[in-house]
Amino acid sequence: MRNSHPGSIWSPTSRCAGPTPRVDTGKWEFSITTETGKVHRWDWAAFQALPAEEPTVDIHCVTKWSKLGTHWRGVSLDTLLVGIDTSAGFAVAHSYGGYTTNLPLADLVDGQAWVAFHFGGEPLEAEHGGPARLLVPHLYFWKSAKWLQGITLSDHDEPGFWESLGYHNYGDPWREQRYWGD
Amino acid sequence: MSDYMDGNMLGGKLGELFTMDVTAAAITCVSCSASWTIAQTRVYPHAPGLVARCPTCDAVLLRLVRGPDRAWLDLRGVTCLQLTVPGQ
Amino acid sequence: MARAAVLGRLTWRVGTVAATRDETATARTIALDVPGWPGHLAGQHVDVRLTAPDGYSTERSYSIASAPADGQADPPLVELTVQRLEDGEVSPYLTQTLAVGYPLELRGPVGGWFVWNPGGPASTRPVLLVAGGSGVVPLMAMIRERAAAGSRVPFKLIYSVRDPGALLYAGELLRRERAGDGLQVSYVYTRAAPPGSGQPTGRLNATTLASAGWPPEESPAVFVCGPTGFVEAAADLLVRAGHGAGAIKTERFGPSGGKP
Repeated sequence: MRNSHPGSIWSPTSRCAGPTPRVDTGKWEFSITTETGKVHRWDWAAFQALPAEEPTVDIHCVTKWSKLGTHWRGVSLDTLLVGIDTSAGFAVAHSYGGYTTNLPLADLVDGQAWVAFHFGGEPLEAEHGGPARLLVPHLYFWKSAKWLQGITLSDHDEPGFWESLGYHNYGDPWREQRYWGD
Repeated sequence: MSDYMDGNMLGGKLGELFTMDVTAAAITCVSCSASWTIAQTRVYPHAPGLVARCPTCDAVLLRLVRGPDRAWLDLRGVTCLQLTVPGQ
Repeated sequence: MARAAVLGRLTWRVGTVAATRDETATARTIALDVPGWPGHLAGQHVDVRLTAPDGYSTERSYSIASAPADGQADPPLVELTVQRLEDGEVSPYLTQTLAVGYPLELRGPVGGWFVWNPGGPASTRPVLLVAGGSGVVPLMAMIRERAAAGSRVPFKLIYSVRDPGALLYAGELLRRERAGDGLQVSYVYTRAAPPGSGQPTGRLNATTLASAGWPPEESPAVFVCGPTGFVEAAADLLVRAGHGAGAIKTERFGPSGGKP
């Protein structure tokens, strides 16, 4: 049906919109909890004091859309995990607002993931998951949890909010793993 | 925070799964026992799915994911869904 | 008559734009020829889907502006009135690019709660319609259906807009009110009233509601439609005025993903 009439082409101006918890950086806190229950916390000042990187990456939305060459600033999970003793295989990222997403710890390390707080050179807006979101570009973008509050490490895999309702547990865009059974 | 949509807007997506209108269906929230129609719930159109929350206590009432050939509907947040079925 | 109570799954169907009509500088009515349209009730909406060449698609809901009677004509005509949002993803296309002959994917009619049916139960109750901006669209379908059905149920519309230039269906509302068959319309201007009218500007308040609406003793059926903030404020005023919460039906236009 689309494109069947000359001139009827539609080009959207925005993609992947979502709703918005509003978290003040004065109250913001990020934590990593290990499988033994040990909690490591950063407030905004401590987080900003960490060395940050500026990855430029392609992101893949589950709605068949990719945005190439997006520019971010964030703290690598490798940096955050320095000095944290863990043998966990799995992680769950928690967002302000209660949403969760799960992924293997192996996908968060070795330069594959950041806690990002700038997008396109500007502080990350609440609409886009700010003050800080997880950024894991090699997986579908729903894994890059917005409004990141914490990461819990675990010996077992715990499907997150959407993974428990049809979305693929791993979410590899190159294998088009969008839904269960894909 | 008024950045939610109205439950009336679920009617189209749910209308693909039910043979009758669901927006007028009555639900009771599992968390706070408040009664609402689906039309009155607060819908958050999160990519990648939809979440409807209780207007009284904000608990998740239902979740919907729509794939190209499958749909997943989680109704654990409601005690039951009361539908009005057109009579014979 | 209630063909809209038809059983069956909703699926996407394709309509063709038959005509367009500018309502204001930023709003347009689109009349669609929809083969196989099953009929609708006043207050229902359709979901519209736009698909870009790369396969990305998005949906929006738009209230049906036309009376159900028009949807039963041959060919069935379904009208939507779309308000263009400056940063909208969909409304600029619908109000500026879409033209006669273009296809439009739609799913509906949707909704069985926010509806007024002249033949339905409790249809003798007076009706209070409270509209904020483009929230007037589904309420206009109710007003048009009332006229098409020859109903004499007393209707009052309270219509809140920024300024007179934002009024949808301005001429038609005046004409229908002048017909003297029981429709009364009151206008609330939040930024600028008609020049020379002397009408104060400001948001809908308890005083206006009391003078322009029905007292709770009349037990009106109340329909409120508009942006979320407007609807919540209006519903609050109505409850404080003594209208039962169960008598008030609301439809809120939310942010992206919602209406216009």
